[in-house]
Amino acid sequence: MNGDLETAKDATKLRRIAIEPVTRVEGHGKVTILLDDQHRVHQVRLHIVEFRGFERFIQGRPYWEVPVMVQRLCGICPVSHHLAASKALDKVVGVQQVPRTAELVRRLMHYGQILQSHALHFYHLSSPDLLFGFGSDPGPRNVVGVLAAYPDIAKQGVLLRKFGQEVIRITAGKRVHGTGSIPGGVNKSVSPEDREELLRPLPEILEWAQAGVRLVAALHQQHQDLYDHFGTVPSSLLSLVAKDGSLDLYDGVLRAKDHQGAIIFDQVEPQDYLTRLQEEVRSWSYMKFPFIESLGPSEGWYKVGPLARVQNCDRIGTPLAEAARQELLAAAPGHLVHAPLAYHWARMIELLHSAEVIQELLAEPELGGSELVGKGPRGGGGVGIIEAPRGTLIHHYQVDDQDLVTLCNLIVSTTHNNQAMNEAIRQVARQYLDGHEPTEGLLNHIEVAIRAFDPCLSCATHALGQMPLVVELQDPSGQVVARLSRGVEPIG
Amino acid sequence: MSGKKLRVATTSLAGCFGCHMSLLDIDERLIDLLELVEFDASPLTDKKHPGPCDLALIEGGLCNAENVHVLRELRKQCKILVAVGACAITGGLPAQRNNLDVRDCLRSVYLSGPGLAGGGLIPNDPELPLPLAQVHPLHDVVKVDYFLPGCPPSADAIWQFLTDLLAGRTPALGHGLIHYD
Repeated sequence: MNGDLETAKDATKLRRIAIEPVTRVEGHGKVTILLDDQHRVHQVRLHIVEFRGFERFIQGRPYWEVPVMVQRLCGICPVSHHLAASKALDKVVGVQQVPRTAELVRRLMHYGQILQSHALHFYHLSSPDLLFGFGSDPGPRNVVGVLAAYPDIAKQGVLLRKFGQEVIRITAGKRVHGTGSIPGGVNKSVSPEDREELLRPLPEILEWAQAGVRLVAALHQQHQDLYDHFGTVPSSLLSLVAKDGSLDLYDGVLRAKDHQGAIIFDQVEPQDYLTRLQEEVRSWSYMKFPFIESLGPSEGWYKVGPLARVQNCDRIGTPLAEAARQELLAAAPGHLVHAPLAYHWARMIELLHSAEVIQELLAEPELGGSELVGKGPRGGGGVGIIEAPRGTLIHHYQVDDQDLVTLCNLIVSTTHNNQAMNEAIRQVARQYLDGHEPTEGLLNHIEVAIRAFDPCLSCATHALGQMPLVVELQDPSGQVVARLSRGVEPIG
Repeated sequence: MSGKKLRVATTSLAGCFGCHMSLLDIDERLIDLLELVEFDASPLTDKKHPGPCDLALIEGGLCNAENVHVLRELRKQCKILVAVGACAITGGLPAQRNNLDVRDCLRSVYLSGPGLAGGGLIPNDPELPLPLAQVHPLHDVVKVDYFLPGCPPSADAIWQFLTDLLAGRTPALGHGLIHYD
């Protein structure tokens, strides 16, 4: 644990270094590091610096707008928000279980999303660190560099992502911010032509997905000491699992394990999430810090996302991914894997699993059915939980009898990993920066640890923040458009 | 183009990264594009601050002082500045907060939301940039050379725009490429 690096005892004489913005992640974040004259690290923080206010401005909107509005939290995982909101609002339109066709279409959309997001994260954003080295020349340390040095790997990444995006386009109407899911079901099913179009590239997709797992597993085996210890801090794990304990990314019940693998809670229904989880606010970040209530704020933090999911579940229901999971578990016999870099391995296992699930779903005759929306007695609200690419995503709404939203509470995947990311970068700072003059290459080590969690900082910036100082906004001609300061009424 | 690649910076301000996703949605054409352009500062590279460049593609509106600073820095460095997508052009969905009092929002999110331990507190730290009272589109603050609409603009629209520009034509989006959803 690195709690002593959260806040320096005396910050006045320390030198501040900022990594701003954190790059090759989605959204806005920065890291600040406070060092003394001997380059000893005294404080390390990942700050989420933006606010957008979704939780508040959703209030007062008609509930049927919500699945389309809230997906604008995030352009990488819009489907996760689209579906989590739909699942929560299914309860409002009185549907406990959507028709089979709707469930299949939503699942197809979701696994397409997991596939494209995992491909984007690994190939486009993180692979440069893993292939070129954490401290390598920053010039080509990006997807363009990967295309030049490893064209086959990069092209497979581009085409894997394309396939996932096509699954989304066909089920949701467009690749980014579609409209396929609605409270109670979906608005279209999958035609035989669309099914054919998706089946055609599947053999190659499955092959490339397996190659991706092999690539990451090989990287681990080649640099085992580095991959096992880089930023590693044990913690509890949280995810949805299917009621039978198998991996399910679309629906299920909450399960948490402690750092040694003992169950903390299991079979918790989504609507009961508030009985198990609480959130703490800290002054230096707009992102809240959730924790498991029974363990308290200092001990109760946990990890979510691929590495948590493949270890929280009892099995994966598709054969290739389950075999790959067993290989990951065998690399750490008798204990859980907590290494941030193992997230990449778990992520590629899930990418493979998604391709297998998509293949299964495309064989379901009812995917093209005509019963799209369920009906039932009107309810007052609901909780929808889904496993987004980055981890557990909770949407909670209440709706009044005018159909307007009165409460919206979102705990997004990246927020669950807030403490985990802060712990990981403090550990990396201890391991690599402490006592050294910080270079670009050393500072990139901090970002490598953040990237392992695939944070979606846009998702995490839904809350509104305070106005600490004064700002003036001028138009191109120098005219003041707006001015605002603390404690003063905003003008403009 | 006479052998020299077009230098392109991209950034996301108060956006969702969806316009960047749509840029990547040109799929294999990305490989062709990289024959003609090179990236300067961008979330896709590790260059944190822009140098002189030909083109800046900017998604997202302005919700805090840092957004304004980044936008002005880009305007100084680039020859052509493009407002990409609904948020850059109108403020987009984040501008839904423009009719709300920021203080009520703060209380609602950080002091009275469900599941808050210890009653919560409102974040306040010099490291957190100052939020603006309202979300603004880019042209409230800098001159914008082109507006590329859509939420997000489709990959085909972005491709058409870039290939027109690279060929020295005035970009024109044909039928089906201009849409606002």
